[in-house]
Amino acid sequence: MKTYFTRMGDASVTFMAEDEIRNDISDAVALAAKKGKIPPLTQEDMDHLFEIITMPGNIVGVNPGDEIVSTSDSQSDKLFLNTGLSLERTQQALVHERCFGADSIDLGFPDYNFKAAKPCAGTESLAAKNGLNQLIIPFLYAGMPNLGFYTKPDGPVENWAELLPDGKIEEALAAQEAAVDYAVHDMVYIAEKMYKIGMDGINMDTAGASGDADFLAALKACEAIRTKFPDMGVEMGMAGEYVLGMHGKLTYDGVRLAGLYPHKQVALAEKAGATIFGAVVNTNSNKSFAWNIARSCTFIKECSNVSNIPVHVNVGMGVGGIPMCEYLPSDVASRADKALVEICKIDGL
Amino acid sequence: MGGTKTAGDMVMRMQLAKGMRIGEAKKYVADKLGVSVMDLSDMYVMMEVRERLGLGLMQPVADTPTGIEAKLNIAKVLGITINSVERFKKRAGLV
Repeated sequence: MKTYFTRMGDASVTFMAEDEIRNDISDAVALAAKKGKIPPLTQEDMDHLFEIITMPGNIVGVNPGDEIVSTSDSQSDKLFLNTGLSLERTQQALVHERCFGADSIDLGFPDYNFKAAKPCAGTESLAAKNGLNQLIIPFLYAGMPNLGFYTKPDGPVENWAELLPDGKIEEALAAQEAAVDYAVHDMVYIAEKMYKIGMDGINMDTAGASGDADFLAALKACEAIRTKFPDMGVEMGMAGEYVLGMHGKLTYDGVRLAGLYPHKQVALAEKAGATIFGAVVNTNSNKSFAWNIARSCTFIKECSNVSNIPVHVNVGMGVGGIPMCEYLPSDVASRADKALVEICKIDGL
Repeated sequence: MGGTKTAGDMVMRMQLAKGMRIGEAKKYVADKLGVSVMDLSDMYVMMEVRERLGLGLMQPVADTPTGIEAKLNIAKVLGITINSVERFKKRAGLV
């Protein structure tokens, strides 16, 4: 029986027969359609996905002319963070432009969140200016809203993760609501500094990481930034496929945030004024790559269908169908990219 | 798309600044550069276009525009405002 080289969601190599791959695809598509209450992939899409997964060769690609663009998160520090190369962030950004062909690059504080960056906004502005003078590609300032950092002892509000198990529900909800205001203030503060120095945009990375309050902070900050600086682009990248209801009652524009999937998340991001949306689908490391990419494509296709702004899918460690591992295998990474471009018609990665 | 090897940076600018989806962004840039959409991803075509219009090259030589110089030309060719260009002009006393 013929089997095909592929991987599991933890990146381990496995060999699967045709019917195993096709069953994983259809199971994952059905599950995603049920969870998200969205249309499943068509049979044509699933057949095309099978072709992509089983294509010969290590790396696969899209047809000439179908290429899309890239954005990043903390990419101007990744050469140091991941490999230990002692390059200043502006130098790293130039490497991405002139050696790796990046379409854009972002500058992020080493402690990659807006709260930590705020007291260093002055020196961050200087690094931004150095980069802007030398770079041609769009240069964004990126960070995480990271609502958890606003809790004691690192921040001013009570820790709702401790209050909830103690049954202090009202106090936990109030703490999250207070943290939202602090986070919005910090994100708008940084955005103003970066706008004045000439930055092309702001990237809010992992919006929703601490649940619905975290997502609300990103939405409110985006709205404020786009109101104050209408020509500053804002990319809003999510933390997960599903907004956790740590608060449960928070809304934006009358829509409850808890429980939203990508096709609903993008609508709110658009309403808040975001110019790019970073959709996320999480990887299950116990399932095959075929299962994971099929599930990702089902969610992302609907997200892309309903969106009026560019959708840049997060395709990296543990998201977008990619296995949960430090070194991304090119075989599945290129297949995930090809599937998302050709089946989901995405605008970027 | 290949960044400054092709037209990836410019397509990216239209997405970020104007929220254009990929097809619309590519068409906008292609029309402004006077090339086809297919040509935007072709480094052979785009190297000549970028050099001729001063839009910056991935492998620059000394007398070709780099950095803010290239962005000044990109803003003109695409008919857009680039924040860093405007700030540069103001700080340099050019406006």
